[in-house]
Amino acid sequence: MIPRSFELHSPETVAEALEILEEKPEAKVLAGGQSLIPMMKLRLFSPPDVVDIGRIPGLSYIRKGKGRLHIGAMTIHNDVALSPLVRRFCGPLAEATSVVADQQVRNRGTIGGTACHADPAGDTPAALLALDAEFVATGKGGERVVGAKDFFKDMFTTDLKREELLTEVRVPFLPPGSGGTYVKFVKAKSDFAIVGVASSIALKSGACADVRIGLAGVGPTPIRPTRAEQVLEGKKPRDDLIEEAGARASAASSPFSDLRGDAAYKREMVKVIVERAVRLSLERA
Amino acid sequence: MAASKQVNLVVNGQRVSGSAEPRTLLSYFIREELGLTGTHIGCIVGRCGACSVMLNGRVVKSCMVLAQQAEGAELLTIEGLTEGSKLHPIQEAFWENHGLQCGYCTPGMILATYDLLKNNPRPTEEEIREGVSGNLCMCTGYVNIVKSVKAAASKMAPSGKKATPSRSRR
Repeated sequence: MIPRSFELHSPETVAEALEILEEKPEAKVLAGGQSLIPMMKLRLFSPPDVVDIGRIPGLSYIRKGKGRLHIGAMTIHNDVALSPLVRRFCGPLAEATSVVADQQVRNRGTIGGTACHADPAGDTPAALLALDAEFVATGKGGERVVGAKDFFKDMFTTDLKREELLTEVRVPFLPPGSGGTYVKFVKAKSDFAIVGVASSIALKSGACADVRIGLAGVGPTPIRPTRAEQVLEGKKPRDDLIEEAGARASAASSPFSDLRGDAAYKREMVKVIVERAVRLSLERA
Repeated sequence: MAASKQVNLVVNGQRVSGSAEPRTLLSYFIREELGLTGTHIGCIVGRCGACSVMLNGRVVKSCMVLAQQAEGAELLTIEGLTEGSKLHPIQEAFWENHGLQCGYCTPGMILATYDLLKNNPRPTEEEIREGVSGNLCMCTGYVNIVKSVKAAASKMAPSGKKATPSRSRR
């Protein structure tokens, strides 16, 4: 259980890191390493060059900007989960991050790393998708900002180009009066989600507004079941509408069978967990 | 094979150094280069937590960190918890409450407990179970481990007050 041999590069600036990425076409970026290192140990993946960006100062921060939070790519899960700013303005992101794996992983894994790894069962990506996060990709030519729906392209695949580095994640504030949550359905506490659901709903004169749902673990990417959101949008919450939202979210999912359950079971659980997440969001709104 | 490099760090308050290839995991480096065999190696894929250590003040699994990433870092391993022959209150609590069981997971459990109590001195039972959920006991179960953590919290609480529920973390 030792990775294949590789060269380790430890740049001290973003510019240096970009230089190495350009020079070494097969280089892989190492952030917190909580997915990459195990994959390399299992030899599922053996890059010849690894670029450790952990020595670049200034990539770990959570700042309040205009209508959104700016989160440095190297901010560890634990800091995101416990940040009063994230809890206040982007609640489901704090909740999703607080249930990532276990304390050890949350002390090392980063928001940028988990976004770029794009594991479809990841908790954070589903919340970032539901919250319309934006990703700042830095290349030699400058920065490019990619919205979440364009960022998560396929299983373990993002819109980030090989020679770019994700430097910041921007998360818009949820409207005041929003209630939200992340419900993770798991077999064991530190396991990946069988189904994870991020949701947020604002109540405006008793009617649902700004309904957001993000699904983890039930497709090749995190999923935004927009038809499920629409069934609630503008309506007073009712049991039949919440059930319909669950059914529509289930229809939008495309889970595959694995050790955590077969596809039909997971589709059924999407219904159950979406309903649960929506009810909890409404209680908190 | 990529060249080995000297890694300098502070372990249990002492400056030390050793040699590591880029692919050398911190867990192996601690045991084989530094000779500190209290850190146990269990699954090596980051699931069992037996190799947990405090890296720059936070508990991490040392098999999920490259040794070279620890250059300049401060490390606390199970050996660093004792003062001379005096056990740390967490170690005492595990001893007194039969929290060791077979003992394999214990160093990791104790470091996870150390991190938990540092940030949440009076955890609820649920918070304790959450706090050590990254550490697997493969032999006996968690009842005595949870009991030990509770006892450790009481021992370490200022003025020795009984642990009360609290939700504050860090």
